[in-house]
Amino acid sequence: MYNGGKIIAGLIIFIALVTFPFYTNMGKTIEKPADLAAAPDELHIGDLPIGQMRAEHMMLLDKWRDEVVRGGQRYITYDGDEYEKSIQNGCLACHSKQEFCGKCHNFAGVNPYCWNCHYSEEEGLL
Amino acid sequence: MKIDRRKFLKLASCTGIGLGLSAADIFKDTVEASSGHSAVSTAATRYAMVVDVRKLQTAEEYQRIVSACNKIHNIPTLIPEKDDIKHEIKWIWNDTYGHAFPDQVNYYHPEAFKQKLFPLLCNHCDHPPCVRVCPTKATFKRPDGIVQQDMHRCIGCRFCMAACPYGSRSFNFVDPRPYIEDKNPEYPTRTMGVVEKCTFCSERLEKGQQPACAEASNGALVFGNLNDPESEVRKILKSNFSLQRKPELGTMPSVFYVIGGEEYAG
Ligand code: SF4
Ligand code: SF4
Ligand code: SF4
Repeated sequence: MYNGGKIIAGLIIFIALVTFPFYTNMGKTIEKPADLAAAPDELHIGDLPIGQMRAEHMMLLDKWRDEVVRGGQRYITYDGDEYEKSIQNGCLACHSKQEFCGKCHNFAGVNPYCWNCHYSEEEGLL
Repeated sequence: MKIDRRKFLKLASCTGIGLGLSAADIFKDTVEASSGHSAVSTAATRYAMVVDVRKLQTAEEYQRIVSACNKIHNIPTLIPEKDDIKHEIKWIWNDTYGHAFPDQVNYYHPEAFKQKLFPLLCNHCDHPPCVRVCPTKATFKRPDGIVQQDMHRCIGCRFCMAACPYGSRSFNFVDPRPYIEDKNPEYPTRTMGVVEKCTFCSERLEKGQQPACAEASNGALVFGNLNDPESEVRKILKSNFSLQRKPELGTMPSVFYVIGGEEYAG
């Protein structure tokens, strides 16, 4: 085999890179958030079932973002109550960033960059 | 194919006219915007600010206006100077007459004006060059005249900073979070790599509040609808001589400065 050493070394590096996510997380157990077991059919504020909110909240936030920033439509009314379409003044008014958002994001291994600008009072400017 | 001279000229002039027409079409906007004679907004609402510098005297009065904006919008004021480079984020700031109105070439202004400071902010231009150059449409003009910036879309290319003739925009070279003096939990911060500027307090207008700087100015800064003949801003402009910054550029600023004579320029 020509250049056998280089090929094998290359293969080892390649395999090490590809499997990197697996062995870095090996042996770590991240507790499944208890909230995930909560009734998915119950309604969140408004008309979205909790299960759907869990799966699609990012799409909703994306839609709200455009409505607020580009359309100037900051408020939304559900059941006669007015809510602000805002992470800091809306979502975090009821949910805790660490205990609610953080637990699940952590479990799913996602690190949304919403938090680069939107911050929670409880945590301060992390 | 044989083509005689006469035929050639005919064809050439037709092509020429065609090219000329389409070029005129293409550059119509540019020429209009740069000539300063283009149409002004006729929308029902065009927000504007009138700054009456006669009502501003003490350093404390000037500072109160700037601090109100800084605090409410989480503006990092504590970024240290490094290697003589000053990273400054400013939505509203105070500067001299010469810097505010470099086009005013009359050098016989009252002496006191050379010391006088002027609060400067984004002009929310009716013809905003920053909007024209933004490649992502992150900066855009709302129907009510506010030149808004969508931070989610900004890629930090800084074209808008090069285009703005007023220095109204600042770029976040560093993460601003550690340098915010007084944080407001109801407003987001920015992140490294985006440009920011005054928003005319659009988030406060939605709640029926006045812009924070106007509120803190004791009547020196008046905010209102320029297209409503009965509004306070229009009344002030009707009865006082006012200046706009670099109006010859055709940007049509929505910020006006009422300037008194010597007795006011304290
Ligand atoms: S002052 Fe500058 S940033 Fe503001 S609208 Fe005009 S060009 Fe854009
Ligand atoms: S820096 Fe951001 S707002 Fe400015 S032109 Fe580039 S994308 Fe647009
Ligand atoms: S209008 Fe609002 S955002 Fe603009 S300078 Fe005044 S306080 Fe700041």
